[in-house]
Amino acid sequence: MYLRLNSDESAIKDIFHSFFESECSIERVRLSQHAGFDTRAWERLIETGAPGMCLPEQIGGGGAPLTTGAIVADLVGEFIAPLPFIEHLVASRLLASLAPDHDLIPALISGENIISLTLQPTKDDHAKLVPAGTIADAVIACKGNDLVLASGKDTASLLRNTADLPLAHRTLNGAETIASGNEAMESFSRARSEWQALMAVALTGLGRKAVDIGVSYAKERYQFGVLIGSFQGLQHGFASTITGVEGSHFLSNRAVSALENDSDLGDKLAGMAFLFASEAALNASATSLQYHGGYGFAEEYDIQLFYRRAKGWPLQLGDPGVEYQRIANLCLPSGKVA
Amino acid sequence: MDWSFPPEAEEFRTEVKAFINEHLTDEVISSTHEGTIHNWDFHKKIAERGWLGGAVPSELGGGGKSALEMAVMIEELQLAGAPIDGMGVAIVVASVVLELGNNHLKESIVPKLLSGETLVSFGYTEPDSGSDVAAAQTRAVKDGDEWVINGQKMWTTMAHIADYVLLLTRTNTEVPKHKGLTFFIVPLNTSGIEIQPVHTMGTERSNATFYDDVRIGDEWRIGDVDGGWEIMKAALKYERGIAGGQFPSPPLIDAFVDHAQTSKRPDGLTIIDDPVVRERLVRALIDVEVCRGFAYNTAFLASEGVMFGVEGSMTKLFASESYKKHSKWFIDMAGAEGLLYLGEDEAPVGGLLDEHFRHAPVTTIYGGTSEITRNLIAEGLLGLPRTR
Ligand SMILES: Cc1cc2nc3c(=O)[nH]c(=O)nc-3n(C[C@H](O)[C@H](O)[C@H](O)COP(=O)(O)OP(=O)(O)OC[C@H]3O[C@@H](n4cnc5c(N)ncnc54)[C@H](O)[C@@H]3O)c2cc1C
Repeated sequence: MYLRLNSDESAIKDIFHSFFESECSIERVRLSQHAGFDTRAWERLIETGAPGMCLPEQIGGGGAPLTTGAIVADLVGEFIAPLPFIEHLVASRLLASLAPDHDLIPALISGENIISLTLQPTKDDHAKLVPAGTIADAVIACKGNDLVLASGKDTASLLRNTADLPLAHRTLNGAETIASGNEAMESFSRARSEWQALMAVALTGLGRKAVDIGVSYAKERYQFGVLIGSFQGLQHGFASTITGVEGSHFLSNRAVSALENDSDLGDKLAGMAFLFASEAALNASATSLQYHGGYGFAEEYDIQLFYRRAKGWPLQLGDPGVEYQRIANLCLPSGKVA
Repeated sequence: MDWSFPPEAEEFRTEVKAFINEHLTDEVISSTHEGTIHNWDFHKKIAERGWLGGAVPSELGGGGKSALEMAVMIEELQLAGAPIDGMGVAIVVASVVLELGNNHLKESIVPKLLSGETLVSFGYTEPDSGSDVAAAQTRAVKDGDEWVINGQKMWTTMAHIADYVLLLTRTNTEVPKHKGLTFFIVPLNTSGIEIQPVHTMGTERSNATFYDDVRIGDEWRIGDVDGGWEIMKAALKYERGIAGGQFPSPPLIDAFVDHAQTSKRPDGLTIIDDPVVRERLVRALIDVEVCRGFAYNTAFLASEGVMFGVEGSMTKLFASESYKKHSKWFIDMAGAEGLLYLGEDEAPVGGLLDEHFRHAPVTTIYGGTSEITRNLIAEGLLGLPRTR
């Protein structure tokens, strides 16, 4: 048992921390607000090897475990980075697991091509609200009992949204089938769990930063002649909030480890971590926003960006209520005939 | 990060589970429904295994169970709903005495504590000082070779079955409050001590204890005169992880699931099939997994020899606050029958939903209230200014 980053992991974190500081500063995030994507930052990310870091070495990937991807995901959250790191990582692993020899793989490993996956049910040839849909060169979608790969950038236009995400509808017209039946469904469900677990980690990073922003503000702002951070009402709100974020830190990292180790608990923990982290991150952002007073509502202040991402990132999967029911079916019995 | 327990801890988990299967009978669990939260037979069985001594750090001469093995034991006992308050007190007091006590205390108390024969109760809280524990006013005055103690303690839980009380007293009124405190381990059969029951809304009984010209020798003092705060800190240090409180909800969740699977709502739907019920159950199960993350983290820190503070505070805050929420949800979802009292024939799962609802509020009060805990987190983790 070792619940901190080990020295290798810390070194990786430091490297990527510097990367995000220079390429995803809050100014840069704001500049790419309308596109929801920072092309220059992605090009620099390619130089770090991050896009292919969690793909198998045999096919030219970095061979890193999912837990290393989680280190980067945490920073994606902390910097609310406009980069499709998680979608790309998960979708390229999915493709590599089903079709390791696919032509597209080298460009996905390098990051020259971006791949994403659908999280909403598809209908006919329409994939709706695809994460990274405006920028992905390829999209993997569940279509009936098939997994299909739609390659080639189409002219998907961005759909403006709550959280400045590069969401778009995509067509599956002409998509190639990469797997069918059980194999397809199991692989897709695994990818979905990986997305949930990494998203939970990213939301934790987001939540921690949101609390940090609020606490810093409370150490600067005076009212009634004292720092607002000296009011116990705020202190207690922050304390409850950071407790939720820390809880989400441990749960989401445990979920990532469980997936990496192919534990039976992986699927369940990923869903649980995702649901918990979604609430903790939104709570953190909403609390810090509240404690900014009116300024928190002003576009100029950064906390509103965190509030909107905290909702937008997880909601790409759909109503969390449905996810609660899915997890219920994984862990709870149904009624006995009494 | 590595979330796996070492093999010896996993083996120990198997052993503890088998022990629970054999010894944690329904009678043991329901014996606490009489009000006394301690079961001597169960406690002695734990002691016979050497697990009380095992929990005492090996540098103090204990049996050298590792921090991770201890965490596993405390987790399993809590998941099963075992009465472990007495166990926690025994381990904490034995550890404090071994670290800071004199030979008299080491010889007369520690062996009996670790063999499960005797218990000590905690005498910190007073009628006028709880959260502000250092404001204790119970006086101890030196008279020749003896100390004379006068005052009153409130919430001296288990004093009615214990042989001793770890008593926080004031020996100096001329200095700041933290600097005038002295601790004693007082035999409860000393004349001048009176124990009166305090009954609670929960099933458990506590006590008020009165000290009227109680005379004891200096050999019963632990730590320096006016150095009581050091003992307090040591007690808190050993309490971390041992005192339990990380997993209050699982026995409640298990009980509710049993009920919900076999009972129908007035409209005929089996309770467990109601989507609202299912969502809440999942939320509760998620909270338990969060508690597990917190508990494993504090166990990990202990295994590294790190003196943690705020991490324990977060664990306690989250576990108790979520438990209180769960206790409200599950009594609601049993419908009006949920109200039926512990032991009432028709009560769902023997009245456990009622019992947990009445018990849960104390968990956010004792061992440091949620408010005090939030203060500690705000100051210790977030660096916000101290307000007291
Ligand atoms: C069933 C039970 C068993 C117990 N067992 C023991 C035992 O064995 N031994 C023992 O010594 N004690 C025991 N206690 C006592 C327990 O530790 C105290 O009740 C607890 O510490 C709170 O103290 P208090 O009750 O005096 O409340 P107070 O300290 O008077 O607090 C009242 C309210 O004010 C709030 N408050 C106080 N200070 C602050 C602050 N600085 N900031 C914000 N809010 C504040 C509190 O959170 C609380 O909500 C037990 C209590 C109970 C109910």
